[in-house]
Amino acid sequence: MVYLTRKAEFSASHYYHNPEFTPEENQRVFGKCNNPHGHGHNYMLEVTVRGKVDQRSGFVVDLKQLKEIMNREVIDAMDHRFLNKEVAEFKDRIPTTENLAIAIWDRLRPKLNVAELHRVRVYETPGLFVDYYGEP
Amino acid sequence: MKAYLTRRYMFSASHRLHSPGMSAEENKAVYGKCNNPHGHGHNYAVEVTVAGQVDPATGMVCNLVDLDGFVRKKILQRFDHENLNTLAEFQKTVPTTENLCKEIYDILHRDFHHAAVDQVRVEETMLNSFAYAGDREIRR
Repeated sequence: MVYLTRKAEFSASHYYHNPEFTPEENQRVFGKCNNPHGHGHNYMLEVTVRGKVDQRSGFVVDLKQLKEIMNREVIDAMDHRFLNKEVAEFKDRIPTTENLAIAIWDRLRPKLNVAELHRVRVYETPGLFVDYYGEP
Repeated sequence: MKAYLTRRYMFSASHRLHSPGMSAEENKAVYGKCNNPHGHGHNYAVEVTVAGQVDPATGMVCNLVDLDGFVRKKILQRFDHENLNTLAEFQKTVPTTENLCKEIYDILHRDFHHAAVDQVRVEETMLNSFAYAGDREIRR
């Protein structure tokens, strides 16, 4: 089994707010991230797929196809967007890095028939990232 | 849904690799430059990974305020700008980054209760790093 990882970068803004919390609770739990005008990050996405190396091509996956799927499903939808307002998943879910990794997995998984999706890693900053493996 | 959250921290410390169970020649042969009696230092990077269900109310596995607060108080304040050989933790073990990594994992595993500790990775320099997850294998 070989594991292949492809990176992509996107920049987006977000804020954390639970409408069921009081303003004080939102402030206490989310701190600066609760600013309703949002703030932004340069996100780095790492998508890892796994599979056997195809004898003829020598590939686990055709990188062109993987790149196209990542661009179409994730980058085009999220780059230079306000995640809370412009990305459907975050209408009723807080766009934390955890939920972002899950949303990206859910976007990619049904489109990836070329290889098995193994891990989605999202860096919010160089010092903070989340891994999701599709575990319930 | 289970997710794994990793946070990266930095601290600087000095150490000397020397085992009292070895002769002076053996120490020199095994540890080389790291056996210099005056010690030497590194900028260590620590990656702490916690794992668990994403809380639907917060979207989080663990509030970073809790993790950062714990790591700052129990790990960074303990090790930053110290000579590791002088600390109680390393009176019986050599302060290699293997042992440092295990020590940091053990502190988190024992005393951090806001989320399950998955693994700890310590970079001693840009060229070498060590990872420990207790009895479990390191995730890929």
